[in-house]
Amino acid sequence: MKDNSSQASNPLTRLWRNQESRGVIIQIITITLLFAIIALIGRNVVINLAALDKEFSFTFLTWPAAYDIGFSPFLEYTSQSTHLKAAAVGLLNTLLVAITGCIFASILGFTLGILRLSKNWLVNRIAYTFVEFMRNVPVLIHILAIYSLIITLMPPVKKALDLGGGQFFISNRGFYMPSPVFEPGAWMVGVAMIVAILSVFLFRRWAKKVQDNTGKIYPVFWISIGIIFGLTGIVFIAAGMPLSWDVPALKGFNFKGGMAIKPEFLALWLALSYYTACFIAEIVRAGILAVSHGQTEASKALGLRNNRVLQLVVIPQALRIIIPPLSSQYLNLTKNSSLAIAIGYMDITATLGGISLMQTGKEMETMILVMGVYLLISLCISGYMNWFNRRIKLTER
Amino acid sequence: MDAPRDGACWAFIRGSFELFVYGWYPEPERWRVNLSFLLLVIAIFGVLKDNLPGKKYWLWFAVFFPFIAAWLLVGGFGLVPVGTQKIGGILLTIIVGVTGITFSLPLGILLALGRRSHLPVLRAVCVVFIEFIRGVPLITLLFVASTMLTYFLPPGSSFDLLMRVLIMVTIFAAAYIAEVVRGGLQGLSSGQYEAADALGLTYWKAHRLIILPQALKISIPGIVNTFIGLYKDSVLVLIIGMMDILGLGRARLNDPLWLGLAPELYLFIALFFFLCCFSMARYSLGLEKKLRTGHKQ
Repeated sequence: MKDNSSQASNPLTRLWRNQESRGVIIQIITITLLFAIIALIGRNVVINLAALDKEFSFTFLTWPAAYDIGFSPFLEYTSQSTHLKAAAVGLLNTLLVAITGCIFASILGFTLGILRLSKNWLVNRIAYTFVEFMRNVPVLIHILAIYSLIITLMPPVKKALDLGGGQFFISNRGFYMPSPVFEPGAWMVGVAMIVAILSVFLFRRWAKKVQDNTGKIYPVFWISIGIIFGLTGIVFIAAGMPLSWDVPALKGFNFKGGMAIKPEFLALWLALSYYTACFIAEIVRAGILAVSHGQTEASKALGLRNNRVLQLVVIPQALRIIIPPLSSQYLNLTKNSSLAIAIGYMDITATLGGISLMQTGKEMETMILVMGVYLLISLCISGYMNWFNRRIKLTER
Repeated sequence: MDAPRDGACWAFIRGSFELFVYGWYPEPERWRVNLSFLLLVIAIFGVLKDNLPGKKYWLWFAVFFPFIAAWLLVGGFGLVPVGTQKIGGILLTIIVGVTGITFSLPLGILLALGRRSHLPVLRAVCVVFIEFIRGVPLITLLFVASTMLTYFLPPGSSFDLLMRVLIMVTIFAAAYIAEVVRGGLQGLSSGQYEAADALGLTYWKAHRLIILPQALKISIPGIVNTFIGLYKDSVLVLIIGMMDILGLGRARLNDPLWLGLAPELYLFIALFFFLCCFSMARYSLGLEKKLRTGHKQ
């Protein structure tokens, strides 16, 4: 560099050479570019919409949707309902498959992860092969394959397989099971259950405090089970058993009564769960391996029993490593549930972003809403997982 | 299936193999596809093989490969033009995968640097962009590409659906790469940054010579994992009506000749993806091991 370069005569060059002023210049350029792009897109959108005689508004949500949704377990929905209602049904269906999927994927993933650590060669290899094969094939193929398996391999409705005592049936139109019917007085059982859960929660906190102060350990798990089932059971009997079952029965061409789990839901739920479970398995394995063996040895030296070692020493430390990647797997599962559209499960992408978009021609409005919903769900999941992560984080001095 | 079958019927796969590989690419022009595949293999070989004489030129070839392949496949400039709607099957899968992989890496690195910038505006733009892309499913972005993007363009202009999809896939992967690279940048000790400053290097020189080589080395496993995810996600183009291998296969299943052969089809496609992704994963694992011994002291 030449000597005089730092005192260049041109003031603009001098501004550029100064780190602070350069930062300001770069940021001004960024903002200008950003607004220019936004303005350009906005102008194009206005012109294009005017050319097509369309209008940017969300009033279409109140128009009748005029299409059927085959699977709406929570809301009454008919084809006369509005697009807004269709979107709500879709959102609930998304949440349903996401939540049940996350639960099943966690159970399966933890199991597979522990099996991967098994000292038994055969168990270890089987788990390894399963995990590696499943996670290296796109989830869409899993969904389509499971769906076509259910559709082609399961018997037609007339020859539905009876899975037990004429209560549970499976056919290519889904899995049928009895649904609970709440009779008057059922609310007492519900209240009892909530009370039981609350008291278990309080009891656990108290037991932990006692353990921290005195070292005395209560059989917390068994007492909790006892409270929940005992209290709920007693109230259930005292209230005169206000619950009956609506059993599915073959009438005409289809089953009537009971609950039906549609093959679309079943395929999506199964495929998403085991696909995500394979990733969770690897995370769990890595997490448990990352806890140093010295920890296990130290707790054994303290005289802890095997299950206590796992429960008090290994798992809490492994969880700290497992939680962050686990939460991104939950996010992935939720986002992957949008693939439902491929097999006709009516989630938010298939209702609002699919049929509603086609019928109303409101591409922009529907896509903005769908993306907004997914962003919101993602934020909620990562917020919850961050909170959980903070709670179990190592408290350092 | 109406009648139980005794065994698998692989004639279905054999009979449709050409369709699955080339899509509807015109028969006399297929040498161009084969040549592109060959060049792809050479480019991958050049990138992955260590201690290759003239490694620099191999890498430059890999950088230019996507453009050469694009010219070969689409035509023009002396070759017969072929419409992109004729591209399908494994060819389309590989185009989406390779384009996404090559272009998302530089874009992702830039985004990661932007996110770690000291300039608040630049950082905010990158954070919003990355978190937005990571918060929505790829399928909604593809819907945007297929339905909504035309509104954003100047009136009367339109560009190819394949191009729009490629841009979206690249942006999507770049957001994920950015997070992986950011992890790598954070993993670097601050002494490296200070040393670079002490040497009087400019921002770009410091990153090119000191920071990025180390940060990228740490993030290689994550980057390869993102690539695997991107490659698997390429089947999603089926949902917006593009005929990749899965789309073609499913269309073929509707042919009365091949009814009820879904298990064979899905097994074939699953094996195809498994081979691609598993070899990528093994390569990344090997690399990880190699790098770990490199750092052992």
